[in-house]
Amino acid sequence: MTINQLSIFIENRSGTLIKVLEALKQSNIQIIASTIADTAEYGIYRLICSEPLRACEELKKAGIAVAVSDVFALELDNQPGRAADAIEAFSAAGISITYLYSFLLRGKGILIFRTDDNDKAARVIEENQLSSISENALAGIA
Amino acid sequence: MSENKEGNFLHPEYETLKRSEIEALQLERLQATVRHCMNNEFYRKKFAEAGITPDDIKTLDDVRKLPFTTKQDLRETYPFGLACVDLRECVRLHSSSGTTGNPTVILHTKKDLDEWANQVARNLWMVGLRPDDVFQNSSGYGMFTGGLGFQYGAEKLGMLTVPAAAGNSLRQIKFIKDFGTTAIHAVPSYVTRLYEVMCEEGVDPRRDTKLKVLAIGAEPHSEEQRKRIEEMMGVKAYNSFGMSEMCGPGVGFECPEQNGMHFWEDYYIVEIVNPETLEPVADGEIGELVLTTLCREAMPLLRYRTRDLTRVLGRTCPCGRNHVRLDRMRGRSDDMMVLRGVNIFPIQIEKILMQFEELGSNYLITLTTDDQNDNMTVEVELAQPTDDYKQLQNLEREIRRRLKDEILLTPIVKLVPRGTLPVNEGKAVRVVDKRKVYQ
Repeated sequence: MTINQLSIFIENRSGTLIKVLEALKQSNIQIIASTIADTAEYGIYRLICSEPLRACEELKKAGIAVAVSDVFALELDNQPGRAADAIEAFSAAGISITYLYSFLLRGKGILIFRTDDNDKAARVIEENQLSSISENALAGIA
Repeated sequence: MSENKEGNFLHPEYETLKRSEIEALQLERLQATVRHCMNNEFYRKKFAEAGITPDDIKTLDDVRKLPFTTKQDLRETYPFGLACVDLRECVRLHSSSGTTGNPTVILHTKKDLDEWANQVARNLWMVGLRPDDVFQNSSGYGMFTGGLGFQYGAEKLGMLTVPAAAGNSLRQIKFIKDFGTTAIHAVPSYVTRLYEVMCEEGVDPRRDTKLKVLAIGAEPHSEEQRKRIEEMMGVKAYNSFGMSEMCGPGVGFECPEQNGMHFWEDYYIVEIVNPETLEPVADGEIGELVLTTLCREAMPLLRYRTRDLTRVLGRTCPCGRNHVRLDRMRGRSDDMMVLRGVNIFPIQIEKILMQFEELGSNYLITLTTDDQNDNMTVEVELAQPTDDYKQLQNLEREIRRRLKDEILLTPIVKLVPRGTLPVNEGKAVRVVDKRKVYQ
């Protein structure tokens, strides 16, 4: 039910992000969504992309260390209140969201998030009939 | 020189001498060395100033009557002022870079080179290398004595020797695989670099190579760094001590016990002195290493102050060699940093960093001044990628705490991605001092 997200530790310094993006470009990997927070010294660049496992190999070849982690991807109708409804279900089950980011894809809202208890979160998704979206669907090849 | 090729000793007649026999040999060689020094004007003058003649050396303790020799003496007599033979008898010289003054020059006769090779061969034999081994020397060549020094020693032992020199890691790895390299000599920071490239290339040193021995030296390194290198490469790594003033590598080397380096007392007189009073310190106490050469023709050095700090661990060893065992170098007295009145050696910082498995082996210490206060920034590479900010913050906090326990002040700790810090092909640069100097 989860999808692969890549996490790359980078220094907060000019020129570090472009090195990652160039490596992905050279490997013809498409970025679907990505996020990075601003901290003083470093950041973790998180991204959802086409062919994440191949992307991971290509980045390693370019000398860039990558962590692969399991995150959830929910597809929501593009209407007010849908995110609140979804998160309410996790909150009610006592699950914490570690981090979250969202974007629009083909007219649907996509929520990407990590939780402190993936097994429990998977059950909540099932019980509440939330619509989780696969890696292939995200990449438009489903 | 007889060779006991089946045994553990390349030179059993010297390696297994009893203490009393070592000391008798040293006295005989010291007397010859001091007489030989009378061929040189600089030494004649120094002896006259000290009011001594070669006849005053009657016991081994009389070595203390001799004046010390320093790097400054080498600089002032640059280039050939300390030669004790005619230059026509010299066949090679090695020179320092001279970044902090006149360079220093060390001259060698044919016999000096041969004796140097003997010491290196003895060391490599001691850790189990034999003529059917393949020895890859991934050390800088040229003036850096780790290159030619190990080359001649490994050839003397009879190994197939690969003068790969430093750098070009992909080619190094190809050589290791194609030639069946069983032993490598390199500076420790380069071994960790080589391992990183092996990982990137999917090469597992345990599975894909025939390596069995590493010789590491020329950079001060901690026991933790050595253990880490051994775990990475899956083989024993032996500490090597050398300095160009004495010849180069070969002077001291660990035996399979890995409990200190044996310094070859048939070649050197080893003293440990208090660097301020210059009086000898007791065994076990840390002091400055002072070496007197006993077999050098071209340029004998008497009581040379190495600036390296160490201590005597013992004068016997289960390996059967009674040549003095010295602890790994604490760093040179020149490497010591004084920060807000606290004396700190880079090796203390390394020792702590290497205890964290989350961290890589490469680090850089930068000293800066800000608001008239000295600050230390420790940058260290993160070995494992992560998706967790909290883990990174906890890691930084824990590194700061443990460093403070060790050096008594709190440095700024910066985690950086692997491969970010500069990799040097010679000796690694560990400290950058950008402090403003007041007054």
